[in-house]
Amino acid sequence: MSVAVSEGPSVASSIRTDAPPAILLDKVNKWYGSLHVLRDVSLQVATGERVVVCGPSGSGKSTMIRCINRLEQHQDGRIVVDGTELTDDVRALDAIRREVGMVFQSFNLFPHLTILENCTLAPIWVRRMPKREAEDLAMHYLSRVKIPEQANKYPGQLSGGQQQRVAIARALCMKPKIMLFDEPTSALDPEMIKEVLDTMVGLAEDGMTMICVTHEMGFARQVADRVVFMDRGEVVEQGVPDQVFNNPSTDRFKAFLSQILRGH
Amino acid sequence: MSDIPLNTSVSGVPEAAPRQPPALSTGPVAWLRANLFSSWLNTAVTLALGYLLVRWAISFVDWAFINAIWSVPDNQTQACRALKASANPGACWAVITEKHRFILFGTYPYEEHWRPALVCVLFTSLYVVSAMRRFWRWELLIVWAVTLVTIGVLMWGGVFGLSYVPQERWGGLPITLILATFGLAFAFPLAILVALGRRSSMPAIRILCIAYVELIRGVPLISLLFMASVMFPLFLPEGVNIDKLLRAQVAVILFAGAYLAEVVRGGLQALPKGQYEAADALGLSYWQKTGFIILPQALRLVIPPLVNTFIGFFKDTSLVLIIGIFDLLTAGKTAIVEPAWQGFGVEVYIAVSVIYFIYCFAMSRYSQNLEAELNRHRRR
Repeated sequence: MSVAVSEGPSVASSIRTDAPPAILLDKVNKWYGSLHVLRDVSLQVATGERVVVCGPSGSGKSTMIRCINRLEQHQDGRIVVDGTELTDDVRALDAIRREVGMVFQSFNLFPHLTILENCTLAPIWVRRMPKREAEDLAMHYLSRVKIPEQANKYPGQLSGGQQQRVAIARALCMKPKIMLFDEPTSALDPEMIKEVLDTMVGLAEDGMTMICVTHEMGFARQVADRVVFMDRGEVVEQGVPDQVFNNPSTDRFKAFLSQILRGH
Repeated sequence: MSDIPLNTSVSGVPEAAPRQPPALSTGPVAWLRANLFSSWLNTAVTLALGYLLVRWAISFVDWAFINAIWSVPDNQTQACRALKASANPGACWAVITEKHRFILFGTYPYEEHWRPALVCVLFTSLYVVSAMRRFWRWELLIVWAVTLVTIGVLMWGGVFGLSYVPQERWGGLPITLILATFGLAFAFPLAILVALGRRSSMPAIRILCIAYVELIRGVPLISLLFMASVMFPLFLPEGVNIDKLLRAQVAVILFAGAYLAEVVRGGLQALPKGQYEAADALGLSYWQKTGFIILPQALRLVIPPLVNTFIGFFKDTSLVLIIGIFDLLTAGKTAIVEPAWQGFGVEVYIAVSVIYFIYCFAMSRYSQNLEAELNRHRRR
């Protein structure tokens, strides 16, 4: 989990301040039973902004990102994605999920479908794209994540890194406006982390709006416009990577950073 | 480093000649030694059981083939009775020769027996065609519809110059196949809906499905059949009379549905949550998610218990005898009621068992192939 990304020049920012925010969280609260897992979380992500969320396990960062496409439901506060507020309205939710791609820690590819079918299923059935066109699109993104030759294999025949790249391609095939990454490299062997992070850097270079939960600080330095540190369900500190990493202003973030750096 | 072959050890030790496994660790002799003669106790057990097995097999061959009588003239069963009482008994297959058409087709008019015979052939061909994966297309549903209509026409008649045969006269193997085929063809989709309903987030649907499963499962099939045949007509308005076979059929469907629903639910629960989440995150609707992602995987997981239940229900159709429907087993039983043929039950039951076995064993073998085929993606 060390700094696997080659420390290239940081990716130029592509924030568009003129557009309305892509994602807005306003005093979001969530409880699991009596456990308060999100406490007044407020976060605003501009179109084209890349945000890295980090924090110790159990800090609520995964829960927060999963609330954005309502895999988890928040109980208090507002979440507005791409101008649409998340409510019980199923149609609004479907519209949001079409525009928000997600990559999971455990890949969650569909094991009974080939790589190509994994990538074309949603474009064909959700976007109503003709099959031919969906396949061309899938091959385009599979080439982009550098595994077009695996298109007719099943997920079980691929390595973890390859599977995660397929998962990224699958999400991209829906042409989302926003990409959510939930610890995309945490389940991978060290030698496979780099190939996945490189793919994500490429995505950042194209100006994709991204929220990424990760502990890859090298990745954060290279691509993030902003780093958000969460602990015990709260946003504790946030700022430009160089600034917050070099001068963390809270003790909790200091402790977390020293732990991460000592660990490697 | 790049041109070191994979099999060579990195330390540079020269590779040893490939080693053979120790002698007598493979092959049939080794297998016998490991499994049957590994100790003096095992050897003794093997020999004792082997002796009993051989003796039993010899007397069975004697009884079933060597001493057997294959036919008798005009229901004259004295020869059979004499043989049965003798010191060296033999089977009287004459009962099968004489009664096989009754066992297979019940009280269906004798000169029209070609019709139920054709029905059995149609059913069996339908199974074979449906079993082949290359025919798994939408057109198969049309084939099913056409075949089932044809079967109905053949059994009832009354059109195309076929004489009308009332349902009370149907019997034997066609009844068993009708009950089993319609039963499972309707129970399976019902079971999928109920299994999905039990996991629904809507309380009314969930409670309804739980109530259905628990009520049906808590009652023996026999009492359900009894209710269908005796109690159900009491609630119907006067003059309305639903066919007895249809009532039994509905009872079988409801019963099989409840059991299959629990099997399917097992498959649904075995799927990792991530599959549901990935489908949700891609924006698939509930039915798209269920149809493309969840059910294909869940059903593959439960092929063994599913087929187990199928086989169980194929045989459970024989319970309709208690409401007076002549299925294969009942027809066999009735065949030996006649005084001349009383006492030859063993032969008849063996013959009936063989028919059941053929269908059940075919199902079992087929499911094993299907499982291997459909789970190919899990092999690396």
